[in-house]
Amino acid sequence: MAEVRFEHVTKRFGETIAVNDLNLTIPDKEFLVLVGPSGCGKSTALRLISGLEEPTSGKIYIGERLVNDVAPKDRDIAMVFQSYALYPHMSVHDNMAFGLSLRKTPKPEIQRRVREAARVLGIEELLKRKPRQLSGGQRQRVALGRAIVREPAAFLLDEPLSNLDAKLRVQTRAELSKLHQRLGTTFIYVTHDQVEAMTMATVIAVMNKGLLQQVGKPQDLYERPDNVFVAGFIGSPAMNFFDVTVRGGQDGVYLDAGTFQVPVPKEKAGILDKYLDKKIVFGIRPEDIHSPEYMAPGIIATSIRAKVDVTELMGNEFFLHMLSDDKSFLARVDARTPARPGQEIELVFNMGNMQAFDVETQKTMLS
Amino acid sequence: MSMVQKSSGTTHIFLRFFTSLRRLISRLPLHIILIGAALLWMTPTFGLLVSSFRPATAVGSTGWWTAFQTPFQFTLDNYSSVLSQNGMARSFINSLIITIPATILPILVAGFAAFAFAWMKFPGRNALFIFVVALLVVPIQVTLIPVLRLFTDVKLVGTFPGIWLAHTAYGLPLAIFLLRNFFGSLPKELLESAYLDGASNMRVFFRLILPLSVPALASLAIFQFLWVWNDLLVALVYLQSPSKAPMTLTINNLVSSYGTQWQLLTAAAFISMILPLIIFFALQRYFVEGITAGAVKG
Amino acid sequence: MSDHHRSTVWSRLFGRIQITWRGTGRRGRLSPWLWLLPAFAFVSVFLIYPVIATLRISFMNANSTAYVGINNYKYVFTNPAMQDALLNTILWLFLFTLLAVGLGLLFAVLSGRVRYEAVSKAIIFIPMAISFVAAAVIWKFMYAYRPGGFTQIGLVNEIATKVGLQPTAWLVQQRIPYTDVLLPTPFHANNFAIIIVGVWMWTGFAMVVLSAGLKGISTEVIEAARVDGANEWQIFRRIILPMLAPTIAVIATALVIQGLKTFDIVWVITSGNYGTDVVATFMYKEMFNYQDFGKAGALAVILLAVIIPIMLISIRRFRTQEETR
Repeated sequence: MAEVRFEHVTKRFGETIAVNDLNLTIPDKEFLVLVGPSGCGKSTALRLISGLEEPTSGKIYIGERLVNDVAPKDRDIAMVFQSYALYPHMSVHDNMAFGLSLRKTPKPEIQRRVREAARVLGIEELLKRKPRQLSGGQRQRVALGRAIVREPAAFLLDEPLSNLDAKLRVQTRAELSKLHQRLGTTFIYVTHDQVEAMTMATVIAVMNKGLLQQVGKPQDLYERPDNVFVAGFIGSPAMNFFDVTVRGGQDGVYLDAGTFQVPVPKEKAGILDKYLDKKIVFGIRPEDIHSPEYMAPGIIATSIRAKVDVTELMGNEFFLHMLSDDKSFLARVDARTPARPGQEIELVFNMGNMQAFDVETQKTMLS
Repeated sequence: MSMVQKSSGTTHIFLRFFTSLRRLISRLPLHIILIGAALLWMTPTFGLLVSSFRPATAVGSTGWWTAFQTPFQFTLDNYSSVLSQNGMARSFINSLIITIPATILPILVAGFAAFAFAWMKFPGRNALFIFVVALLVVPIQVTLIPVLRLFTDVKLVGTFPGIWLAHTAYGLPLAIFLLRNFFGSLPKELLESAYLDGASNMRVFFRLILPLSVPALASLAIFQFLWVWNDLLVALVYLQSPSKAPMTLTINNLVSSYGTQWQLLTAAAFISMILPLIIFFALQRYFVEGITAGAVKG
Repeated sequence: MSDHHRSTVWSRLFGRIQITWRGTGRRGRLSPWLWLLPAFAFVSVFLIYPVIATLRISFMNANSTAYVGINNYKYVFTNPAMQDALLNTILWLFLFTLLAVGLGLLFAVLSGRVRYEAVSKAIIFIPMAISFVAAAVIWKFMYAYRPGGFTQIGLVNEIATKVGLQPTAWLVQQRIPYTDVLLPTPFHANNFAIIIVGVWMWTGFAMVVLSAGLKGISTEVIEAARVDGANEWQIFRRIILPMLAPTIAVIATALVIQGLKTFDIVWVITSGNYGTDVVATFMYKEMFNYQDFGKAGALAVILLAVIIPIMLISIRRFRTQEETR
C-alpha cells in the first residue's frame, strides 16, 4: 500500500555524492529509522522521499507510483522538520489546518481532524496560541499534529528530537513509538543518535558516506553487524576493536593481540581457518567484558590482564577504560568491582559474542 | 511487482535535456522581467554617460542612441571644459572639503554618545535614547530658518565650519541609533575583562570598541558620506557663497540655464557621480548591511 | 604631570565603565554625561532649539517682528497654490511609496531566484548612490522634448514617436498624454513623471531591505508549506507576505517620510513650476523668494505635525512586536 522504495537512487550535489546507489525497501506500517553520522546522506534520502530534492538518477516509488516527477504536495506524505518550521504568524490551530485548507477540505472536517490530533497529542489548550508563545516540546507536538491531520501514507521525521532537552527526549521517544502503533502508518525517521534508533525502530537502516551499510531489525544489527562501521556505530558505548593475528595451536584457533591472546570458540573457529597467520579485526562489546568476580553465568569466558587507565562509576555500572600496552579498550563491569586507576586487574571476555571482520573489506566473517 | 528497467544511455540524456529545457522555459518570464528591469534601470544613467562624450551640437540636436551610428562623434571636450571652467574643479574640491569632516565628526560625536547609551548606567537612559532617535522625525525644513538666523548672527553663514556643524548635527540621530545597537551587541565579557584589567573608559573606547566596530563604522561612514556629498538643500541654505559651493549646488545652477550649456551638464553630473559610485561599488557590502541592520531588526 | 597622575585625572573625569549590573559607583558619576555632552550640544542647537523657534516664528510676521496669531496657518491652508502643493505631496506619499515598495518587493523576490542576484540588485540599487541633482539631470534628458517633426533627443519621446505618437513635454504637460483630459490636481501627467524619477531612485532601497527580510524567512518553513500542499502563489500570499509584513511596514514608513520631505528632485527638475510644487519646495520659495519666514515656518510645522503621528504609529507597532517575540 504505502511501501516506499528506492531503486538505484543516487544524488549528487556538484562534486559530492550525498546518496550513492541506494536500494532500500521500506515496507508499509514499519517504523524505519535512517541512522548514521553527520553527512552520511540520511537527511538527503529523506528529502528525496519528500520530493524536496530530486534524484540525480534512479527511481523512487511510493506505493506503486513512481514519484520522481511528482511534486511534494502530491506525494501524500507529511514531514516533521528538525526545527519544526511552524508558521509563525498563524495560531496553532491554523498551523495544523493549513494543509487541509489548501486542499479545500470542508471546514467541519478540518475542525474534526485538528481537534482529534490535538487531543491525541495533548495540546488542546494551545490551539489559539502562536508558536512564539510555546515551549520547544509544545512546538514539536504542533509540528507532529500538523503532519497527523493530513492522514498521509507515510510520515517523514527529520531529527525531531534533537532540539529537546535530555529528559524530554526520553519521554517523547516513548510517545512517538506509541503514536506509531496507534496510527499504523509508515514512519520514516532520521537521526544520528543510535539510541533513538535502537529504541524506536522496527527496522533500522545504517548509512555512512552516502552508502547503505545494513538494514535490519535493531537486535539483528546489534548481534550480527555486517561490517565494522555498523558494529562500531550501533551500541553505546561502542564496540572495542583490536587488530589481531589469527594463529592456530594444538588447542584450536586463537587470536593474538600481541599483549594478550584469546581463544576462539569452536563454532567460529572453522570460519577463521582460512585466515591463519593473517590479520583480522576482532571486535568485542564493552558489555561482553566482565570482571571475574561478578561475571554473568553461562558465558564462554577468557581471562586477560590489563591496566586500568580511567574509571567512571555510573551508579549501576562501572566503566573501565583499560590499557593493554598501546591498546586501549572499554569494559562495562559490575559496579562492585574493585578497580582503581593504575591497577592491573584481570578481566573476562565473553567470546561467545565475539565479532570478526576482514581487514580490507571491513566486512564481517561470521554470517 | 518490480519493474527493473535500465534506461539506455541516449534516452536518459534526452530526458535530462528536455527537463532542463522545460525548466528554462517556465522560468523565462522571470528572467525577462528581471533583466528587463535591470536594463530599464541602467538606461537613463547610460544615456547620460554617452551624452557626456558627445559634442555640444550633437547633444542638442539628436538623441544619444544615435551616437552609435556613423559618423562617430565622441569627444572629451565636455569634461575638459567643465573641469577647467565653470568652477567645476573648484566645486569638486569644495565637495570634498565639506564632506570629509562632515563624515568624520558625526561618527566621533555619535560614537561617544552611543558608548554611553550602550554601556553606562544613568537615570533616564532609555527615555533619552528614544528621544534622540525620535529626532529622526524632524525634517530639515523645520530647522532651516532658526539655524540660518543663528548662523547669520555668529557669522557662520557661508563658511565651511558652519556647514560641518550642521551636517554633523543632522546625521547624529541615525548615527547614534546604529552605533548604539552595534556597541550593545558586543560581548559584555570583553568589556568586563578590560575593566578588571584596570582600563579606563577612554581606553576601552578607543582601543576596544572602535576597532571591533569597524563594520558598523564603515556603514555609517558610507551613509553619511553619500548623504552629505549628494546634499543640495543644506548647501543651498547655509552656504550661500559661490566660491564655496559643492558640486550639487553648481550643477543646480547650471541646470537653470537651458540650451547652450546642456552638454556641460552631462559631464558635470557624471563627475559628481563618480566618487559616490566608486565608493558604493567598493564598499557595497557595508552599505547594504548597514541599511538592513537598521531596518530589519528595527 | 606624571603619566600616572595624568591618567588618574583623565579617568576621574571620564570614569571607568559602569557595566549595568554593577550599579552606579561613586567614581565617574559625572562620566556618562560627559560622553553625551557633545552629541547633546549639537542636537540641542541644530534640532531641538530650531523646532521650538520655528514653532514660535510660525506665529509671527514675515521678518519675525510681530505676532500675527494663526494668520500664517490660515494663509497656508486657504492659498490655492499651497493647496495644490499639499495635494501634490499627498500624491507623492501614496504613489511613490506604493510603487517603490511594490517594485522593490517584486525585484527582491525575483532576484532571489536567479544566479545573477547580486548583479541585478546592484544595478537597481545604484541610483541611490547618486545625488538627486544628478538624477534630475539624467531624467531631464530622458524626458527632453522637441516639437513634432523635429528629431527627438529624449529617449522617452523617441520611443513615443517610433510607435507613432506625438512627442510630449512630459515635465510640463499636465493633461493625460494624448488625450484632452485634465484631471484635478494632483493627478497631472508631469507629477507622475517626476514621481517616476523618485521611484527609480528609491526602489533599490526598498528592494535591499525586503530582500534581507526575505532571506530571514527560514527555508524550512517554506518547505513545510510545500509539503503541506501549497503552490508557489499560495506560498507567497499566505506564508511569505504575512511574515514579511513587519519589514514592509518599516520601509513603507521610511518611504512615506522621504516622500513628505522630497525637495531636491522637484526643485532641480522643475523648480516646482507647472503645478508640481510640493510642500518642501513651496516652503523654500516662501523663505527665499518672498522672504516670508512666518509662512515658511508654518509650513515646516505642518510638515512636522504630519510626520510625527506616522513615526509614533510605527514605533508603537514595533514595540508590540518586540514584546510578543
